[in-house]
Amino acid sequence: MTSSPLTAAAPATSTSPVGGRRRRRLRRFTRRDVGVLAVLLGIPVALDLALIWATTIASIGLSFTSYNGVTAIKWVGWRNYDQIFTIYEPFWRAVRNNLLWLGTLGLIATPLGLFLAYLLDKNIRLTRVYQSLFYMPVVLSLAVVGFIAQLVYSRDHGALNVLLGRADHPTDWLGDPNINIWAVLVAAIWRHTGYVMVLYLAGLKAVDPALKEAAVIDGANERQVFFQVIFPTLRPINIIVLVITVIEALRAFDIVYAINSGRNGLELLSVLVTQNIVGEASRIGFGSAIAVILLTTSTGFVIAYLTQIVREDRS
Amino acid sequence: MTALATPVAGGVDAPARRNRRPIRPARILLYAFLTAMALGWLGPLLLAAYASLRPYQETAKYGYFSWPHKLSLDYYKQAWSGADLPHYFRNTFVITVPAVVLTLFLASFVAFALSRFAIPGRTMLLVMFTAGNLLPPQVIVTPLYTAYTKIPLPEWMSSSLSLYDSYIGLVAIHVAFQTGFCVFVLYNYMRTIPVELNEAALVDGASVWRQYWQVILPLTRPALGALATLEFTFIYNDFLWALVLMSSGDKLPVTSALNNLRGQFFTDYNLLAAGSVLVALPTLIVFFALQKQFVSGLTLGANKG
Repeated sequence: MTSSPLTAAAPATSTSPVGGRRRRRLRRFTRRDVGVLAVLLGIPVALDLALIWATTIASIGLSFTSYNGVTAIKWVGWRNYDQIFTIYEPFWRAVRNNLLWLGTLGLIATPLGLFLAYLLDKNIRLTRVYQSLFYMPVVLSLAVVGFIAQLVYSRDHGALNVLLGRADHPTDWLGDPNINIWAVLVAAIWRHTGYVMVLYLAGLKAVDPALKEAAVIDGANERQVFFQVIFPTLRPINIIVLVITVIEALRAFDIVYAINSGRNGLELLSVLVTQNIVGEASRIGFGSAIAVILLTTSTGFVIAYLTQIVREDRS
Repeated sequence: MTALATPVAGGVDAPARRNRRPIRPARILLYAFLTAMALGWLGPLLLAAYASLRPYQETAKYGYFSWPHKLSLDYYKQAWSGADLPHYFRNTFVITVPAVVLTLFLASFVAFALSRFAIPGRTMLLVMFTAGNLLPPQVIVTPLYTAYTKIPLPEWMSSSLSLYDSYIGLVAIHVAFQTGFCVFVLYNYMRTIPVELNEAALVDGASVWRQYWQVILPLTRPALGALATLEFTFIYNDFLWALVLMSSGDKLPVTSALNNLRGQFFTDYNLLAAGSVLVALPTLIVFFALQKQFVSGLTLGANKG
């Protein structure tokens, strides 16, 4: 579907002598250029359509069934969705936690990552050491994160209770359903900040130092230079980071899964999907319906943003 | 490609580096802040590394935050040979290296084509790639598993004779999944590279491939460096796909093999910590190796208004 418009455009480029701006551009392609474009766009598009989108559509289909992996697929209409919104109790708790996750990453971790990148971009000594330290939590795998959470938060052996001098009246940071989400959110900040920092470091390298110098000569102070010169030029990176933050918040999974498989106050949407699809109950249809809700939310967001970007490019 | 980029980078960056300011109170504050933050960030990791050096009995008795009685590297030796880590490291690299290289290559070309040429359906393609990456991977597990078991492969490509339980299948899903993310990042990055550069190349009669390989790609080096680091980490740390799409235990990547260190009834977490430290090392090495790419400047004034 995607390579066909491209090839359809190719003959038009060689046959039509006059045309708009777009046609003139396409006319510059030789036959070899069109071949390179078709192959190197075709492969990733085909992979993406076959492995991601075809399976996603299959999942959307399954979300209207009571499929459990064993018995025949039975159509149940909107029943799964109806149950999720009305009687499936963990759902709204998961929605709340995902929103908290989004707020925390967006309001704390992301600005912190930008701030660190900005400071580390200032020609300071040992900058690479600092960068590495902040990045370290990003590289950890699931098993390590779960273990570290125990080291820090464990009621009996953890470091936090000792540090706070609460060894006598220990707080169960991970077991108490009223506070464990906050403990986990701190861990999420810990991991997300380094991730954002790396992206901004690459982005800050593209900011022309002459712009900064010009602003300083014009008498702008550091805050003004940052907010009025640097931050606006970082716009493409800001969009990337914003989308990544939303993705990470909606897809958040591994920290809670490593801690207690996402139960007892730590419910998240992706965990509910996993519990239903991969778990013992094997309610594949039901899990798929939660996944579809998640997908709809995030896709709406992405389409809104990308449409804006493309519109900007055209103007 | 590096030959073309290096002189440019060096030329612009050098005067900025020479400009060393005298130390002011603000600088001291800056270093103090960064050091305090870095220690906070490092603390939990140090705690894990510390635990891996101590016997389980000791930490169980005195807690993880206590003075050491006995420190040794025994757990590292035990993890290295006990979980057969060298074998699983090999598996991981067979999966990760091709997956990262293919992902970056395909994604950078797609981003290049979509940001430079008026390809019909450009918005659609961008939405398709980006939104595909938004899915929690668990969503597509069931259909993907079914599809993989039904797609046959010749024996020289997969010993299981199907896409299921094959390295090719695993690399394919990683590439498909990660390409979306990389296209999205690189497209946004490449938008900032002035179109005039391409037009100059066009006047010189450069083909699409040469514009991609010799004009745009060198300018994208910082973003590619950052992405290569992140992608290596993502794919290296994956265990979901391996769990769902592999069945032979000896083909699993190293992150899944860490589970071999868990006992059936009792898990020695300090041993697990030692194994985890060993498993985390390659991602750190990759970070150090690629750091230069996005840290040393490639300041070309791409944003000159």
